Amino acid sequence: MSDRLWQRVLRLPSARIAATVVAVLLLTAIFAPWISPYDPSAQPDIVGLKSQPPSLAHPFGTDVFSRDVLSRVIHGSRVSLTVGMLAMLLAIAIGTSYGAIAGFAGGKVDNAMMRLIDALMAIPRILLLLVVLALWGRIHVALLIALLGLTGWFGVSRLVRAQVLAVGKQEFVISARALGARDARVLLRHILPNIVSPVVVAATLGIGNVILLEAGLSYLGIGVQPPQASWGNIIQDAGGQITQLWWVSLFPGLVILTTVMAFNTLGDALRDAIDPRAHPGR
Amino acid sequence: MGRVLIRRLLQAVVIIYLVATVVFILIHLAPGDPFVYLDNPNVTVEVRAQRSAALGLDRPLPEQYVRYIGRLATGNLGESIFLNRPVATVMREALPNTILLMGTAIILSFGIGVAIGMVQIARRGSHVERALTTGSLFFYSMPDFWLALIVLLVFAYWIPIFPVGGVVDPVMHAYLTPVGRILDRLWHLVLPTVTLTALTAAGIARYQRSALLDVVREDFVRTARAKGATERTVMTRHALRNAVLPVITLLGLSFPALLGGAVFVEKVYSWPGMGLVAVNALATRDYPLVLGCAITGATMVSLGNVLADLLYAVADPRLRNDS
Repeated sequence: MSDRLWQRVLRLPSARIAATVVAVLLLTAIFAPWISPYDPSAQPDIVGLKSQPPSLAHPFGTDVFSRDVLSRVIHGSRVSLTVGMLAMLLAIAIGTSYGAIAGFAGGKVDNAMMRLIDALMAIPRILLLLVVLALWGRIHVALLIALLGLTGWFGVSRLVRAQVLAVGKQEFVISARALGARDARVLLRHILPNIVSPVVVAATLGIGNVILLEAGLSYLGIGVQPPQASWGNIIQDAGGQITQLWWVSLFPGLVILTTVMAFNTLGDALRDAIDPRAHPGR
Repeated sequence: MGRVLIRRLLQAVVIIYLVATVVFILIHLAPGDPFVYLDNPNVTVEVRAQRSAALGLDRPLPEQYVRYIGRLATGNLGESIFLNRPVATVMREALPNTILLMGTAIILSFGIGVAIGMVQIARRGSHVERALTTGSLFFYSMPDFWLALIVLLVFAYWIPIFPVGGVVDPVMHAYLTPVGRILDRLWHLVLPTVTLTALTAAGIARYQRSALLDVVREDFVRTARAKGATERTVMTRHALRNAVLPVITLLGLSFPALLGGAVFVEKVYSWPGMGLVAVNALATRDYPLVLGCAITGATMVSLGNVLADLLYAVADPRLRNDS
């Protein structure tokens, strides 16, 4: 990713807004304990302060346990963003290694490895996640990240393999070989640096997806476990009383929507910057 | 063509077998047993063992597996432990509801999504294009269960036009005329379908737009323009026909996502389909029912892929004859 590419991306107003949103979110997550107005799990007055609609003191209202929803959302951003980004990193790491090996090895190895990917991709991811998470019950966030990463790399590996095949045919790779470079050196020094851009695009667009998936699983009660707040399980805190407690579900959802939109906008802008033909007018 | 179809169907069988095996292994690796929810502390260890033996759960795992696959091969999905009914019966009741919901959503969202993509490319660079791009990104970035919750809140509680859930009115349905019953069903279908359609159509529109962008850059489109064809003819006769292929690919790919969406939408609207059955079965550790849902889900996805392959062959004459 060159600096010029980032300049081209940030020339778009939508991308600038998206980058700002992502930066604000990251800062919020990092400084959560200092920013959040209340302790996210404190139940100051379970009778007097429970289920309060949004007010100046509690902009996002309070839940049935009198906890401040805004503080929970702020602390939840730590969990949700960490899960989204780490799971995506894991998926990128596995997918890139797998795809690079398949594309580089070629022939029968490639064929067998890609057949396996075909089979794995045919199993609905949500089905696998539902079964594992529901049966194992309360799992640690680290395991959740591992699980989301381990089920999310198939698409990346296909992308990387196709890119490795394409770049491998180019002349600078052939000349590197002619100069006597060994396989590992050709792959690591000449091929992989040239496929970084599409992988970054896939990762940026993928983070949004993982955040949505984590939210959904936590909403079902099988993702991030309470009392630890994640955006998905805060929405679930309204439970069956959404008519009385709409603010508990509405605001975290809006935050998820904003976050995912920001990551997707950045991903789109990056993709268009790498492939300028997509926007001939600009 | 026929040979391709047979090969695809065989692949589908292999995938379903794979799913059945993986889920079987996962279920038996997981801690806990299905009797936690049936019994109370007064039940003795002997009774538990008896129950377990009655279901064959005391046998060695390989034996259970062979028996399970053997039964599966004859189409027998076993008995639900929690509901005390054959899994096949539960599936037969739930599946039509899911197919109705998913089918309506697929048809609507492909129609809407493809149309949005077309308009975007036809009006490139305009405000219309930007508005549609933002709009599809908006719904594409939305958590499915949350949209379902908010739509339910607004259109069933705040503005009580639509029912809060279920497939039919639990009390009135029996007293309605045949036409009234159909209307009652349609009325209950509106909110879940609109939710699922909005989410799916957004993804399709995004995909269709970039597929069309690739196509309109091709030589044959320029040739058509050079011949003096109107913009409308270029778009519908030349560009769309070629951009239909990636859309069909997307149809196959969107089945797993749609299945996931259906799980959440069904849960929020208490829609008694596969998704709701699956969520409940997991909560009660109803092994046979969980496996039944997994296999049914995998079958739906695999058949969706076969369908996409068939449509692909219909749409692309190059694939019709050979291989």
